[in-house]
Order: sequence, then C-alpha cells, then structure tokens
Amino acid sequence: MTTQGKRFFLALAALAAVLAALPLVVTNPYYLNVLNVVALNVLVVTGLNLLIGFAGQISLGHAAFFGLGAYISGILTGTHGWEPWTALVLAAAVVALVALVIGMPTLRLEGNYLVMATLGFNLIVSVLMLQLDDITGGPSGYTGIPPLTFFGAPIATDLSFYWLAWGAVLLGLLLARNLVHSRVGRGLKALHEAPLAAAASGVPIESYKVKVFVVSAVYASVAGSLYAHYYGIITPKTFDIFKSVELVTMCIVGGMGSLWGGLFGAALLTPLPQLLAVVEEYKDIFFGGILLLLLIFLPQGLVGWLEGKRVRPGGRAF
Amino acid sequence: MPRARDVPGPGEGVAVSFGDQLAQYVVSGLTTGAVYALVALGFCLIYNATRVVNFAQGDFLSLGGLMAYSFLGGAGLPMVLAFPLAVASVALVGALLERLAIRPARSRQVMVLIFITIAASILMRGVFKHLWGKQALALPPLSPETPMHLLGATFTPQNLWVLGITLVAIVALVWFFNRTLTGKAMRATAINLSAAALMGIDAHRMTMYSFALAGALGALAGVLITPITSLSYEVGVIMGLKGFAAAVLGGYGSFLGAVVGGLALGLIESLAAGLISSVYKDAVAFVVLLLVLFLRPGGLLGVKSGDRV
Repeated sequence: MTTQGKRFFLALAALAAVLAALPLVVTNPYYLNVLNVVALNVLVVTGLNLLIGFAGQISLGHAAFFGLGAYISGILTGTHGWEPWTALVLAAAVVALVALVIGMPTLRLEGNYLVMATLGFNLIVSVLMLQLDDITGGPSGYTGIPPLTFFGAPIATDLSFYWLAWGAVLLGLLLARNLVHSRVGRGLKALHEAPLAAAASGVPIESYKVKVFVVSAVYASVAGSLYAHYYGIITPKTFDIFKSVELVTMCIVGGMGSLWGGLFGAALLTPLPQLLAVVEEYKDIFFGGILLLLLIFLPQGLVGWLEGKRVRPGGRAF
Repeated sequence: MPRARDVPGPGEGVAVSFGDQLAQYVVSGLTTGAVYALVALGFCLIYNATRVVNFAQGDFLSLGGLMAYSFLGGAGLPMVLAFPLAVASVALVGALLERLAIRPARSRQVMVLIFITIAASILMRGVFKHLWGKQALALPPLSPETPMHLLGATFTPQNLWVLGITLVAIVALVWFFNRTLTGKAMRATAINLSAAALMGIDAHRMTMYSFALAGALGALAGVLITPITSLSYEVGVIMGLKGFAAAVLGGYGSFLGAVVGGLALGLIESLAAGLISSVYKDAVAFVVLLLVLFLRPGGLLGVKSGDRV
C-alpha cells in the first residue's frame, strides 16, 4: 500500500476512534441530534465533492436528490407499508435513474449546463412536493414514517441513530476513496488535468462524468432516506434550493474535491445557524458572504489551504 | 397576465372561440418572451466576455424592479426618471460585481468564477429580502390600462411597451456593437482577449462594461415585466433559469439566438399553460432546456454545435 493510502486509512481509523468515544462525552440528546444532522450532511457533501472535484461540475440540485430519497422512503414505508431498508434501496435506484436522465444530456457537453439543469430540477421537485398534497402531504409535510430497524430492533433513539449515521459516513468515505483510486477516478483525474490527453488516451469521459454524477446523487438519496426514518416527518422546505446552496457552500468551505474537506465544511457549517441566532436571521447573507470571500481569496478551501495547496490560476478563463 | 378565459366575452355563457384563445396566448407569450430575450441577452454578453454563466443575471432583473419601486414610491420620482435611474443603478451593480468579485479572484478557473456569481446571487437575494421584505410588490404600467382588441386578442398598452422597448433595446445593442469604438473593442475582447489587449484595448474595462450592460438589460426586463407579473426579492431565481433556457434554446452565446430563443420560449410556455395546464407552467422552461440539450445542443439557430468534451 502506498504511503498516501496508509495515511488515508490512518486518518479514517482516527476518525472512527473519535466517533466511538464522542457519545461518552456528548450525552445531551440535543447535541447528539446536531451530530446526527452533521453526519447526514457529510454524507451528501462527500458525494457532491466527488462530482465537483472529479468531474469539475457543479450541482445545485442535491437537495432535490436528498428530498427524493426522503420522500420515496417515507411514502413507501408510511403509506404502503414497505420494509424501510427495501424502500431505501428502491429510493436510491429511482434517484440514480433520475440523475441519469438529467446527467446524460447535460454532461456530454462542454460547459456548465448541469448547474442550471439541476437548479431547475430542484425547483420542479419543490413544486411537486408542495402540489401533490394527497401523496406528499403538501406544505405541512409527510408524517408517520417508521424508524429503520436493526435485526428487528427499531433505531429510534438519537444515540442508536448516531451509530447508524456515522457508520454510513465512514462507509461513504471509504467507498468514495476507492472510487477516486479506481480506473474511473484515475480517468477523471486525467480529464481534470489534461482533457485532450485523457480523451486521446481513450478515457470515455462522458460516461465517467455521468457515472460520478449518478453516484453522487445516490449518496444524497441514501442520506435522505436515513433522514426521513430518523425524524419521522419531512417537509418540502427542508429540500429547497437553499439547502442545495448550503451543501455546495460546505464543499467549498472545506475544499472542493477534498474528501476530508467535505467532512470539515459540513461539521463547521451545520451547527452554526443553530448555535448563533444572528446567523439564522441573516442566513443567506452570511452564507453568500462567506462563499464569496472564500471563492475570491481562498478558492482551494480551508483544508486545501492547511495542506498548503496553491491556487491553480490555470483554466480557460479569460 | 390575462388569459382568454379571463376576458369577458360578448355575453354570459358565450364561449370564446378557439382561434381567439390562440391569438391571446400568442400575445401574452410574445410579451413574456421579449422579457426572457432581454435576460438571455444578458447571459450572452457575460458568457461571450468571460465564458462564465452569470448566476446573478436573474437577480439583476429583480433588483431593477425593486429599485424602480423605490425610486417611484419611496422617492416619489416620476416614471421617466425612476425607470432609467433603476436601469442605471443595476448597471452599476453589474460593474461592481465584475470589479469587486470577478476581477480580484485568485483563481481564473471558470468553475470558480461561476461559483462566485452563485455566491453573489445568494448574497444579493439576502440583501434584497432585508431591504424590501418578503411581500410581493407591484409597479404601475407605463401607461393607463385601456385594453385594445386586434384579431380576437385583447392586449394592454403594456404588452406594446414591452415589445417596443425590447425592440429598441436590441436595435441599440446592434448599433453599439457594430458602429461604436467601445462596442467593437468589446467584441474584439470577447473573440480573443490577449490579441485585443495587444492592440491596446483595456480588456478588463471591456469585461466590466459587459457586466454593466448585462445589468442594464436585466433591470430593463425587470421594469418591463413587473407591471404584468408581480415582484419579490426571489423572482430572480426562476427568471434567471428561464432566461438561461431561452439562451440555450436559441443557441448559447448567440445574440440573435437569445432573441429567437426568448420569444420561442415565451410562446411555448404560454401555449402549454393555456392548452394543457397552468399549474406546472414553470416546469416548461426546464423541460425545454433538457430537451434542447438532448436533441440539439447547438440550439435552434445551431450557430455552433455544442462542443462535445
């Protein structure tokens, strides 16, 4: 194993150890709840980072994938009495298909069509959640979603969900790392560094980009399903465009394309609005402002900056 | 916007003929289409200058409407002053966006620059919300609303104002880019920045002008559309998306394409809302966007076939 590989697994083991020890210190259910929300955000942001970092594409629709996962899981288990884990898998499959339909036309083109397509998609999904009120419960939300089970025992407490959610994060990070180091990941890296050379070497760029987009949507969907079963109630507002923006902000604050950056960004930004009332009041100005300053002066993100990564002034901009 | 069924027929219970309905949809479609064209032109200008998709384009529109509202109601200025002032102030905001956020950016990667416009858009909407509140605002039409009838369609003077002013704006743009030195310099910069700079053109200044012009076009769209629809701090999101869809439909980056795409999108949307259902009216632009990217990425005019990676 390479030194880099060793470092990753050491870091992952250290993270697992910290996570295992944390509930000994944090016993207040309120803080456990915050940690659980952080975990779900980390999961989505990890997927999103794969897309931003390796396909060089932006999605402003990940809240919609997150929401689709939540609503499909919720409705299948709540209205139709499905088994929660089966519903989670089916939701992920449906979201993968939807991502495929959006990704195929937009990702084969050079340029940034995906960002507008996903933004539009998020708008439509929000409208559907509000309008189809006999299925989704409309603006007041969908209630009565049963918890997930573990060998028959319901995962209903904050602590038991803590293990599940952070277990999913560790698994998600591991899978993402493997994807980065797979043939697809190397191909995308080549694409990022030298698109023409990559294409000339036979990297099927279009299909790789679409694959990464689909994978990143599935991360969001799984996080959404977990969210639905954790809270038992879901409302359209949780999955609107502002949530998508928040997720992208987390990626950028931590460091675009850096797996640890996503973790860092989500952990830093998730609790802020809950801890500081001022931030909640001026949420959009706050997020927009941070985002703007970081992008102008520190586009490599905080983790990138700590790692001593320099800004690549390159690219084809003017 | 009045649709056929809202128009009082000659007598109770007398159905409006299908032909009249159709004419009505065309009138309202072309009116909103003209506004989409203005937004699409703004996208086009900035894209040609920087290859950046400017996410704040829709917010230029809402700011235009909001500023006009304040100049008119708050400052009590007459319309002839309030509206041009609103357009000029948004042009200034556009120039500031380039000068304060795009130009000093450490990274020149297009993706980072696009993110910057997204961040600016979020920030702007947050500021609008705190300055103008969340409620819907309204602007009066440019002249009194006396409906006119032609070929079965009913339209208001505002419909004519929108179409007329849009036409004037387009003619002025064509004149500016073909006949003035600054316009030609901006075109040269868009075609090849280094070459233009070597010829002694201040390329940064030209890019800033592009942003200012895009701001002015957005604001103009806002001033024109607000009396027909309503205005709030967040209309920019959906109007930006529609303007973008219009630009893609016409052929992204092409001026003529932006105009054709805008009018076409307005028509498609109006017909779909009238003949199918108006509940999902906002979804039409998105479906059109995906279909165009799927079937004909170069857009209707196909000026340049969408570059495949």
